[in-house]
Amino acid sequence: MSRAEGWRRRGPLLPALIFTIIITQLPFLVTIWYSLRNWNLLRPDGNQFIGLANYVDIFLDSTFRSSALNSIVITLGCVFLAMILGIIFALLLDRKFRGQGVVRTMLITPFLIMPVAGATLWSISMLNPSFGLVNWVISLVGIPPVDWTASHPIISILMALVWQWTPFTMLLVLAGLQSQPKDVLEAAQIDGAGWTKTFIWVTLPQLRRYIELGVLLGTIYVVNTFDQIYLMTAGGPGTASANLPFYIYQRAFLGFDIGQAAAMGVVVVIATIIIATFALRLIFRSFDAKD
Amino acid sequence: MSAERKSREARRRFTGSSITTVTWVLAFVFFAPVIWLVMTAFKPESAAASNPPVFFFAPTFEQFEAVLSNGAGAYFLNSLIATGVSTILVVLLAVPAAYAVSIRPVKKTSDVLFFFISTKMLPVVAVIMPIYVIAGQLKVLDNIGTLVILYTAMNLPIAVWMMRSFFQEVPAEVLEAASMDGAGLIKTLRTILIPMVTPGLAATALICVIFAWNEFFFALNLTAANAATVPVFLVSQMTSEGLFLAKLSAASVLASLPVVIAGWVAQKQLVRGLSMGAVK
Repeated sequence: MSRAEGWRRRGPLLPALIFTIIITQLPFLVTIWYSLRNWNLLRPDGNQFIGLANYVDIFLDSTFRSSALNSIVITLGCVFLAMILGIIFALLLDRKFRGQGVVRTMLITPFLIMPVAGATLWSISMLNPSFGLVNWVISLVGIPPVDWTASHPIISILMALVWQWTPFTMLLVLAGLQSQPKDVLEAAQIDGAGWTKTFIWVTLPQLRRYIELGVLLGTIYVVNTFDQIYLMTAGGPGTASANLPFYIYQRAFLGFDIGQAAAMGVVVVIATIIIATFALRLIFRSFDAKD
Repeated sequence: MSAERKSREARRRFTGSSITTVTWVLAFVFFAPVIWLVMTAFKPESAAASNPPVFFFAPTFEQFEAVLSNGAGAYFLNSLIATGVSTILVVLLAVPAAYAVSIRPVKKTSDVLFFFISTKMLPVVAVIMPIYVIAGQLKVLDNIGTLVILYTAMNLPIAVWMMRSFFQEVPAEVLEAASMDGAGLIKTLRTILIPMVTPGLAATALICVIFAWNEFFFALNLTAANAATVPVFLVSQMTSEGLFLAKLSAASVLASLPVVIAGWVAQKQLVRGLSMGAVK
């Protein structure tokens, strides 16, 4: 390939590539720079180069550790529960019945509701201790009212998140189910395999790629969860339900501790890249094998 | 038909209809918060936050009128501009890029794709401080143009991935014929590729619209009076002097409505969009 031909092929890619590098990578380089500085907007004398001191502080910061743990619990919990529910809903939808279209429309709606609206809906209309719908429903079976967001903040956030993300996994799994070759299913039936056996040995292996994809993409989005935490618990009580995005936001925009927040951002990015590299290679393999 | 077969048939039909019933009940439970939100939006304020909950009431448009007369229009206009312009920019940048990585790939194509998707893994909080500081120095805080650029960057990687998968389905012979005829990039895109992938392009745009319309974090931190979008408006409705739940619900319904309707209409496209085109 000649040099001119190479540029002709690369040319159409460049505007998008350059734009993405400028808008996403340059600020990150600046973040690394900030992370090496002692810069707190509340202390005007600050802003000197302090090397890795911010990073040392992070590892001594127990709130950072608990936020990291919350991030993991919330992300894995949400993706896992949304995937289980998504598979159940998709299996129920993958058959002909009256009102199928209406039911599918109902089931995808939570994903379309603005997350800010969904978060306020859950924290106020659904989970409010005195007039929330959830407490009214559980009172029907004699369970006393629960102050959800104050006593069980992580569970409350998970409820809102799982509700929001289940349609996403459901749609993916449904796409997988509908691409299943019907003759394989029929062959399994003829061989006398029951529903459970067919599901475990035929359907589930075929769904694997779709489930992996759902887990990967779901994780990418859910790990960045901010809206629900900001609106439902504000990370509280105390810092009990803060995840990393929320805690970093707090350090930066409420604590004005730019250096600290930047260092946390860098640590999160490094951790994310390590995890994502493994996950992406896996998905790349499973989807490229087909091409 | 033997009696045994008849009873098996009846049992099958019974199982079928009970599964249908279970499906409907589950869907209703799952959808109930949405119904409750819409119901609350049509309640008078006194009926909204009551214990026990009020299920029967005379619906009123009072809350919607209150929201609209409360200056919601300006926020909707900002959201419309940020969403619309960024989506157009994403499409303009993503289509040639996807063309380059799918139709005429060079070496390192998969590295470029990996790079694009890796930017989605970059936690937004890790870049918000420099963006805030730089925007402050450039005097573009509280500016809708800033949101447009950020939303474009946010959606571009997804769009490149999606468009790539749609382009890959275009038969190679069609493109060969075009290049034999001496058609250049623009001509090939305009006359052959784009018409063939219109549904895919629509799906790509829909996903960009959903994420841009619903985006809250950038809008919260980078806008104030002039450029604030609908999610910021929604949060501002939670006033400190007391919660007006019915009004908040009405605002939530209005804020969600455009995306909900778009998503309902384009359900089929949503799947491929959400899976970045990986699912055919």
